[in-house]
Amino acid sequence: MAVVLLLAVAAYACGGGTDYGAGFWDLIAGGAERGKRARWLIDHAMAPVWEVNNVWLIFVLVIMWTGFPVFFQRVFTAMWLPLALAAVGTVLRGAGFALRKPLTRLAGRRLYGAMFAVSSLLTPFFLGAAAGGVASGRVTAGTMASTDAWANPTSLLFGLLAVAATALLGAVFLAADARRFSAPDLDGYFRRRALAALAVVAVLAVITLVVTHKDAPHVWHGLTHGVGLVFVIVAAVATLATVWLLTRPSADRSRVSAVGVVASAVLAWGMAQRPYLIPTSLTVAEGAGAHTTLRWLGLVTLVAVVLVLPAVVLLYWLDTHGELEGLTDAELRRGGARDEG
Amino acid sequence: MHFTVPLLADAPAQMLPARSQMAFTLASHIILVPLGVALPLITLIMHGYGLRRDDETALLLARRWSAVMAVQFAIGVVTGTVLSFEFGLLWPGMMGRWGDVFGIGFGVEAWAFFLEAVLIAIYLYGWRRLPARTHFLLGLPLPFAALLGAFGILAANSWMNTPRGFTLDSAGNPVDVKIWKAIFTPMFGPQYWHFVVAMFVTAGYVVAGVYAVGWLRGRRDRYHRLGFTIPFTLAAVLTPVQFMLGDSIARQVFHKQPVKFAAMEIVWNTDTHVPEYLFGRLHPDGTISGGIKIPQLDSILAGFRPDTKVTGLTSVPAGDRPTAVEATITHFAFDAMVGIGSLLLLLAIWYALVWLRRRRLPASPWFYRGAACAGVASVAAVECGWITTEVGRQPWIVYQSMRVAQAVTSTRSTTLWIMFGLVVVVYVFVFGSFLVVLLKMRARWRLADEKGGPQAPQEAPEADTPYGPRSTVGPGGDGSASSTGSRT
Repeated sequence: MAVVLLLAVAAYACGGGTDYGAGFWDLIAGGAERGKRARWLIDHAMAPVWEVNNVWLIFVLVIMWTGFPVFFQRVFTAMWLPLALAAVGTVLRGAGFALRKPLTRLAGRRLYGAMFAVSSLLTPFFLGAAAGGVASGRVTAGTMASTDAWANPTSLLFGLLAVAATALLGAVFLAADARRFSAPDLDGYFRRRALAALAVVAVLAVITLVVTHKDAPHVWHGLTHGVGLVFVIVAAVATLATVWLLTRPSADRSRVSAVGVVASAVLAWGMAQRPYLIPTSLTVAEGAGAHTTLRWLGLVTLVAVVLVLPAVVLLYWLDTHGELEGLTDAELRRGGARDEG
Repeated sequence: MHFTVPLLADAPAQMLPARSQMAFTLASHIILVPLGVALPLITLIMHGYGLRRDDETALLLARRWSAVMAVQFAIGVVTGTVLSFEFGLLWPGMMGRWGDVFGIGFGVEAWAFFLEAVLIAIYLYGWRRLPARTHFLLGLPLPFAALLGAFGILAANSWMNTPRGFTLDSAGNPVDVKIWKAIFTPMFGPQYWHFVVAMFVTAGYVVAGVYAVGWLRGRRDRYHRLGFTIPFTLAAVLTPVQFMLGDSIARQVFHKQPVKFAAMEIVWNTDTHVPEYLFGRLHPDGTISGGIKIPQLDSILAGFRPDTKVTGLTSVPAGDRPTAVEATITHFAFDAMVGIGSLLLLLAIWYALVWLRRRRLPASPWFYRGAACAGVASVAAVECGWITTEVGRQPWIVYQSMRVAQAVTSTRSTTLWIMFGLVVVVYVFVFGSFLVVLLKMRARWRLADEKGGPQAPQEAPEADTPYGPRSTVGPGGDGSASSTGSRT
């Protein structure tokens, strides 16, 4: 189940991350006029899939408390503040995005847009910081909510990495969306930003490796040995591949490689933590819930995957083939006009 | 296990803010639930009707409802996410000890929710480009996903009411978990059906209420008639069913959670020939002031005989039962719910009688006034039902196994108060915006209807940029797939 949890975290990092990234670019797209085209693309590209991307988070939480209740309890006790802020950020973000669309006045759109964009930045940062706190082993059985648990070098770096990674994913996917909607100027626009984000991710990753050497020795050891190292190498290779793909005329596969970067980074972190859920104080075996529950959770997951996977594939397929489009008011109206008089 | 728990007197200071916040966020979230669970079905019925009869008005209604569904679902996603955060932020004690026993319901729910999000996205964005029949068929699994989600949540909640499926080891930790028993607890069946039907009834009345208001304001075209009739009929048919289910769940509570039942009916001492109080306040010394007293009735309702023995609050120590105030709250909520239910039943009977005798909608404006209020009233009833089950369980977060005080977080109460304040501000803002957006959508649609022809889209620039694939065909419903409607 720990593997499933890790995979769900990775999936959320990729799905939700793309989503947060779009918000990040929305934030720095510039004023209402200058950022109009970029924002239009963001709205258009995200609308059908953003809810799905974010339900991953609920799933991560559920697996945590069902499969690893003690872990859940400790993390939420120690990381109270960043997680509370992340929760508030999630609300503002979802509401901001959902409510921006039906509004027509510029002032209203600005307000919700800003809300959406700022919280797109803060939420991944705090989630990343909480993850960093866990990785650095600062959460123990007796840890109360204190700033030390999340305001430390590892946490901050994890937070920044999370933001940079979302920016990377967001830009890569938006560039692809720009090609889909045949907007070549935006394609170039987001490609340049994707490369910049990738550079930031790479730099931060190197800094993180250096810092964790002292600050989170267990994770550092895991990242530089065995399976963890394999995933680190995969991430590095994926990074190079992404750079290469982004500079080529058809960058379609850059989405795959960018997801590869983020997913393998998350997996590397997870593998580096073995055999601990929280390094050096709570092992996977100790944190695991009742045996039967884990079996059932696995079964539920399996059944759900069988049910959900085709639907998700269908959604992404329909989405990428341009079969999904919002209705405008005019179209809501059309057809109904005839028989009302 | 009773001896291990601290007395209520030294309840931690975190209790009040944590409880308030949980109550507030849940009470807000639950407003969205009826629409989330039942609006897809109502929309699909309308959609199917439109396809079958080739009825443009019905298709227009379905399209507009799906737009409402989208905004509603989005807000539901975020408030739901907050709730799952709060389990950890406010009640780490409960999740840490019991998460693996009852969490599986949430697992089911999360996946169902996931599926629902996917299907809603497809349904919502499929109107324009997908073939009419395919689009409708892809929407069909939606109500089932919604029911599955409700299954998960209700499994978790009913477990908290009648926890089963585990044994406690010497340290008081649950071991030997039996998932099947933990899901299908004694309260599960009654709670589930009572809840699901409540959701359908509420959503039906809420949607119909909107068009009842339109009717009262003189808009009596086919659009309003159709928009009123379909949801109202669904709700009216289910209202008597709900009455039976409500009666059955009350009797289940009487058998399985006698102390909660005593709080619902403010019964102080265990006795036979217990009178029924309509409202009225319970005092800490067991006396009751105010309210209407009907002799014998409570015993009759509980067991069909006046000599049925009803367990009273004093059957358990004071620390193990709701306080007088909590019992009074539970009792008021319960009576209000039953009262609203009875009024709705009268409304449904009125509708049915007119329909059976004259084959038309009632003409009296009082009927439409009632129908316009029915939506709000049924939401109030849902809130009351939730209060009844949650407050009535006090002081237990897991009935007779863990007190709320043991589950609460150790974060300082000041921090919790600040968080609560923040959440209130954010929620007021979000729900206010939600309402404004709905009203705006309505105003825009009405404007469009009054002007007649298709309007120049007001959603520029996003909706009408010259980029992206754009079909010249009308919305999905314009196809000639009139035979697909038979699936509803």
